[in-house]
Amino acid sequence: MQGEVAIREISKSYGTYQALDHVSLDIAPGEFVTLLGPSGSGKTTLLNVLAGFIRPDSGSIRVDGQEFLTLPPHRRNLGMVFQNYALFPHMSVARNVAYPLTLRRVPKAEIARRVATALETVKMGHLADRPIQALSGGQRQRVALARAIVFEPAILLMDEPLSALDKNLREHMQIELKRLHDKLGTTTVYVTHDQREALTMSDRIAVLNHGQIVQCDTPSRLYDHPVNRFVAEFIGESSFLPVEVSGGATRLFGRPLALRERWSGHGTPLLLVRPEKLAWREPEGGGNRVDATATEVIYQGDSYFLNLELPGKSQIALRYNPHAAGGLVPEPGQTISFWLAPANTILIEDAA
Amino acid sequence: MTGLADRMPSGRATRPEGINAPLLRRAARQEGIGFALLSLPGVIVVVLVLVLPMAWLFWMSAFDNAGNLSLENYERMLRPIYQRTFTTTFRIAFVVSIACGVLAYPIAYLMAQSGPRLSMLLMLCVMLPFWTSVLVRTYAWLVLLQRTGLINAALMDLGLISEPLALVHNELGTIIGMVHVMLPFMILPLYASMKAIDPALLLAAANCGATPAQGFRQVYLPQTFSGLASGISLVFVMCLGFFVTPVLLGGGRVSMWAQQISDNISLYGNWGAASSLGVVLVLCTAFVLGGMRMALAQIEKRGR
Amino acid sequence: MLSDPVTPTQITRGQRLWLYALVTLIALFLVVPCLLVIPMSFSGGTYLEFPPKSLSLRWYQAFLGSPEWRQATLTSLKSAGLTTVIATVLGTAAAWGIHQRSTVFSQGLRGLFMLPMLVPLILVAIGLFFLFSRLGLNGTLTGLVLAHTMLAIPFVVIAVGNGLSSYDMSQHMVAQSLGANGLVAFFTVTLPQIRISVLSGAVFAFITSFDEVVVGLFIASGSNETLARRMFSNIRDQVDPTVAAISSLLVGMVVIGMAVFMILQPKAKR
Repeated sequence: MQGEVAIREISKSYGTYQALDHVSLDIAPGEFVTLLGPSGSGKTTLLNVLAGFIRPDSGSIRVDGQEFLTLPPHRRNLGMVFQNYALFPHMSVARNVAYPLTLRRVPKAEIARRVATALETVKMGHLADRPIQALSGGQRQRVALARAIVFEPAILLMDEPLSALDKNLREHMQIELKRLHDKLGTTTVYVTHDQREALTMSDRIAVLNHGQIVQCDTPSRLYDHPVNRFVAEFIGESSFLPVEVSGGATRLFGRPLALRERWSGHGTPLLLVRPEKLAWREPEGGGNRVDATATEVIYQGDSYFLNLELPGKSQIALRYNPHAAGGLVPEPGQTISFWLAPANTILIEDAA
Repeated sequence: MTGLADRMPSGRATRPEGINAPLLRRAARQEGIGFALLSLPGVIVVVLVLVLPMAWLFWMSAFDNAGNLSLENYERMLRPIYQRTFTTTFRIAFVVSIACGVLAYPIAYLMAQSGPRLSMLLMLCVMLPFWTSVLVRTYAWLVLLQRTGLINAALMDLGLISEPLALVHNELGTIIGMVHVMLPFMILPLYASMKAIDPALLLAAANCGATPAQGFRQVYLPQTFSGLASGISLVFVMCLGFFVTPVLLGGGRVSMWAQQISDNISLYGNWGAASSLGVVLVLCTAFVLGGMRMALAQIEKRGR
Repeated sequence: MLSDPVTPTQITRGQRLWLYALVTLIALFLVVPCLLVIPMSFSGGTYLEFPPKSLSLRWYQAFLGSPEWRQATLTSLKSAGLTTVIATVLGTAAAWGIHQRSTVFSQGLRGLFMLPMLVPLILVAIGLFFLFSRLGLNGTLTGLVLAHTMLAIPFVVIAVGNGLSSYDMSQHMVAQSLGANGLVAFFTVTLPQIRISVLSGAVFAFITSFDEVVVGLFIASGSNETLARRMFSNIRDQVDPTVAAISSLLVGMVVIGMAVFMILQPKAKR
């Protein structure tokens, strides 16, 4: 199988601004890897380095053993889908999709066949003769995808391809893209700033910040065991509570914390609180109990928004599902308790 | 400041170079050269056909007829005959650019404010002279303004005058013709600056209690200053070096700068005199345009 | 006309009437001289008059029948045609090179390409007269085309540059990612999308050469005299109604050009 990518020590700076700082990443053949990060984190820069549109200052990119950095973009054989789709407005749908095949001097009959197949794959076969201007956003998205896969590239690059679509269509397309990836098995590098999109589609997610990969893991590892506060905040809803460490023992608001593994990280850890991991009754086998006072209770349909005041004046805000708490809805000012099972008691480093 | 600047490069140099860094630097350089090569043929033409002869003229202006280095050519410009040329040129350029500003404002204003059909009609009225050869327009004015021309004939028919007026082969005719030639160059930037004004601002002004006149004066007018100023300076500069219309409509009686340069070559073969006049003309042009740019930048800064 | 809205927040009804009257006069001032040459050119008399007392085509016959005028027209067409091709190619290549880089160097190049527009024509003319007399290019078509190409380049660079600034460069990038090298991507994807700008640059280049008087006056002598130069000498030395006929033809060309543009314009927008 083709499409093995080895990125080594890629650096790129613009003057004093370090866009990419010694980034290394291995991508297995057929893997779906998402580059996730806030704007300015370097994720799009990295994608453009892969595509050959940005020349890094140093580093190496090998694809199936071949050094890529010295290859011009047109000889890298990568399919790319741009954020704005970049469909050619002066060509019809079919001619857009045929473009990469025409460049490769594929015989006419085969072009027609492969264009039809590619358009069928993205369910656009019936619109082959339309001009681009006549397509909706979602349809353009599909055509751009067909054009990027029609020449069977070893690697598919996508730069926030769904960000211009409305929410429903976006969610629908996420599932479709995932299915397409399962079907084609093309190595895919996907850039997004939307964590849910990343969690839905990826085999692995590389979280970037300030030009570095902070953590690269499977979605569940990333969600359950973020390496630091930045990753925890970026993925999922989370609140943080201060934890005291003294002589190898960890305490929360004076009470010793029951942990699955001993804290072995650097500095003062934080307790990661994910709303859905909270138990509103003491779990079997016990857990770490936290007492809190509800200061605000706001009805939001399927859930309540709770603002809780904890000992030591710390506050956390969370979405609270009364169903999980046996129908209990606290009054403002009421004291309530919640528990964290040791498996859900996650300590992380306080690096933003 | 210096300490930091000194430390930065050395700090970077001590860091080991990344993988492939020299290779990538070379590739980047080659790419840069590739892009520069695209411009090269054009650069060659401009340098060979414009920069080189200009440099030659500058060089020649510094030598007298005997071939010695001297300021003779520049001193000559202080003579009354040249003084008269300069005053005439600046006077005409000034009158023409002000007249263009005055005439351009209402038409640009109506173009920017009216509906698409009227706006288009007016645009056509501007584009027709814009695209028509200066020669053709100058010729038309010559015919219109001559003693037996349409304007004199009409005025006499109306009984307003008994003798035909001298409208051409003098400064008046030159100015009329030049205004006609320059007016589109004034209208277009002015129209662009007016089009860029958000109409909601005027509604806001009215909402704040401004009368129409106040709204116009206090909100609209200031925002058109930059377009007006750049149009006027552009016209002024073009007038300084203008040749065709003054020669034809001035009929040899209006001696402007460009004609003086031309006469020095074609009548007297005096390259030193012509080139020194040219050097000063270029400097004036650069001075007006540069000054305009700086003034506009200043206004912009103050506005923010 | 009076029903057209002028924002009522700025101007009262009375002022609006004045404005319309004033603008009508200015519009007439702009248009009438351009159009007046047309009726005059059909005059039957030997002297220019308006309105013409009798109608004839004699001045058109004089123009077409004169080998000198025909030769000058041919020279101008040749020079303008060659200038258009060369200046459009060079200017488009330069604008494309400059557009892809935003360094101080490329800004400097852009500045250099604006120079021909800023230097007064009379200086260009005597400078070239001087240079060409040493190179033996005075009175040659080569010299004329060279000079006019230089004068036309800024217009092409500006027009194409404007087109490129509103062109989405990811179009060019995606073409490359799909397998097109820079040149193929430019011709198959970029050029078709900036063709209106390139075309308008070419029109500017043609007009720049065809209407150019001052430089031609110095360097286009003898058998390579341009139409504009011949017209200029003619107007200066004797007011010959043949010029009215030529002028009418030129104005007619402008009117036709504008009409074509008006008809094509809505299509280009869509």
